[in-house]
Amino acid sequence: MTAYIIRRLLLGLLVLILVTILVFVVMRLMQGDPLLLFVSQSQVGAGSYNPEQLAELRHQYGLDKPLPIQYIDWVNGVLHGNLGKSIFYNDDVWRLVKEHLPITLYLGVWSFIISSILGVAIGVICALRRGKWIDSVLTVLANLGITVPSFWVGILLIYFFSLKLRWLPTGGYTSPFSDFWLSTKQIIMPVFCLSLFSIASLTRQTRSSVLEVVTRDYIRTAWAKGLREGVIVIRHTVKNALIPVITILGLQVSFIFGGAVLVETVFNIPGMGRLMTQAVFQHDYQVVQAGVLIVALIVVLSNLIVDISYGWFDPRIRYT
Amino acid sequence: MTIDVETGEKPIPPSDVAKVSPRYGEFRRVVRVFFGRKLAVFGLVIILVLILTAIFAPWIAPYDPYKMNLSQTLLEPSSKHLLGTDSLGRDTLSRIIYGSRSSLLVAIGAIGMAAVIGELLGLISAYFGGVVYQIIMRLTDTIMAVPLILIALVIASVLGGGLKNVIIALGIGMVPVQCRVMCGQVLSIKQNDYIMAARATGMGNFRIMIQQIFPNAFPSLLVVTTVGLGTTILAEAGLSFLGVGVLPPEAAWGSMIFAGYKFLLTYPILSFAPGVAIMLVVFGFNMMGDGLRDALDPRLRGVF
Repeated sequence: MTAYIIRRLLLGLLVLILVTILVFVVMRLMQGDPLLLFVSQSQVGAGSYNPEQLAELRHQYGLDKPLPIQYIDWVNGVLHGNLGKSIFYNDDVWRLVKEHLPITLYLGVWSFIISSILGVAIGVICALRRGKWIDSVLTVLANLGITVPSFWVGILLIYFFSLKLRWLPTGGYTSPFSDFWLSTKQIIMPVFCLSLFSIASLTRQTRSSVLEVVTRDYIRTAWAKGLREGVIVIRHTVKNALIPVITILGLQVSFIFGGAVLVETVFNIPGMGRLMTQAVFQHDYQVVQAGVLIVALIVVLSNLIVDISYGWFDPRIRYT
Repeated sequence: MTIDVETGEKPIPPSDVAKVSPRYGEFRRVVRVFFGRKLAVFGLVIILVLILTAIFAPWIAPYDPYKMNLSQTLLEPSSKHLLGTDSLGRDTLSRIIYGSRSSLLVAIGAIGMAAVIGELLGLISAYFGGVVYQIIMRLTDTIMAVPLILIALVIASVLGGGLKNVIIALGIGMVPVQCRVMCGQVLSIKQNDYIMAARATGMGNFRIMIQQIFPNAFPSLLVVTTVGLGTTILAEAGLSFLGVGVLPPEAAWGSMIFAGYKFLLTYPILSFAPGVAIMLVVFGFNMMGDGLRDALDPRLRGVF
């Protein structure tokens, strides 16, 4: 087990190194000079900068060095906790991340909790009531849930709940520590949008894997033994049906971060997704590099946790 | 479409065993199961309508989708303009009809690219194993560590947006799924005795891959590809919404939603209508994919 975890951690590290190379190379293929963009935006009237100033800036950001050296400098910095400097914000990337990441994590954790509980619960209900009206209705809803674009659902929600009914604010973000009530009202719609796809895909997966398990002989045996329904459902059915569901659960982390890119734009939330989208448009290399690396790190770690948790759900799985 | 008899080995779901008469060939069985599912047929119909709409857009669309008419901006839906007009006086319905072209082109282009690259890599990695397998799998891990929309956003904006670049960006993003499924298929197929028999008859690696393995992996690939088309359309809409997708004035559903967002309070239909189009089409691909999966390879349930 320990050997397995160590090997997986090493593989994860390798993947992260490949991610850094990938994003570094892709970003440098970008047309257009970020400094030129920055200078022309920050100074009144483009063209008022002189080439010397630009060369000075270029030197300051280390953009005059050869690419491999730039890469090594960057990785070296990352290993020392220095994520570089944002060209656009003229600020430490680490500080930007510290400001934006908690917001996305806060929304993401809510969304993860809500979607895992609701997704599995709805899936189990559908499977146990197979063919009944509740199953039909929920299955259709789940099929629609994996279909609708999250950002569009966000717009629908804003229209009905903010503009028409005036129940919820149209967007923005407030820390739950400064104004809990306002913060909660603000995150209801974004969290719903982020969770929708996850709830729907988990429902579909749970339903079909529970349906597969309920026909097994050991379930019949459990009924024959006279066990209570609750025990059969929880201990015998759901626990055995959860393995493929856990796989999907691991994918949710990636979906949530992907969704955050769009949902944060719709609701004007200053999270990681919004930061990275803007950085991509502003050619802000360092922010994009750091952002992608952090997202990849979280995804890789959550995949590892998922793989380890298989063993708990199914002791037959051996780690070799 | 011909399907090798070998795939007949796959278990038919218990619910379908009774319906399927053993006298029929595999192809007839697949057709029966597929057309026995209302939702799958419904999905197929949606997709056929989409394809026809995209091909015949100039004849179906009531107006020119690019012609601005500044005296007729932001009209409410009426008998002249069924879905009203946008802020530049362009007919919304016509733009949605033309938008089907962008969606379909991006979906087919990106998935086509992902299928060719991904399936080739999956085939090679699983067939040869060893170092080749390790390298290719680590590369797919790398792409999968970054959410699809994020990696596509970065690549598309580096390349400068537009139809072709969106296809490339989403194509790269979709490679791992194709590669993984192909790889899984090949790993199990190559255990079969008929592969050993083929080798014993002196067949070369290349011929075994093309003639023996590929046809047997085909059903599963068809399923992932169908569902992948829907995923790509969703992702393309997301990219257009962010502003790196198909560039204006070219009609694309995602950018139409974004453009309408500004007028949400007064003209919500500008944002609502294109979203419904996206939803219908993705629903169509998903339901077709589900139907194909049940008909071709029930074991794939839950892989994606």
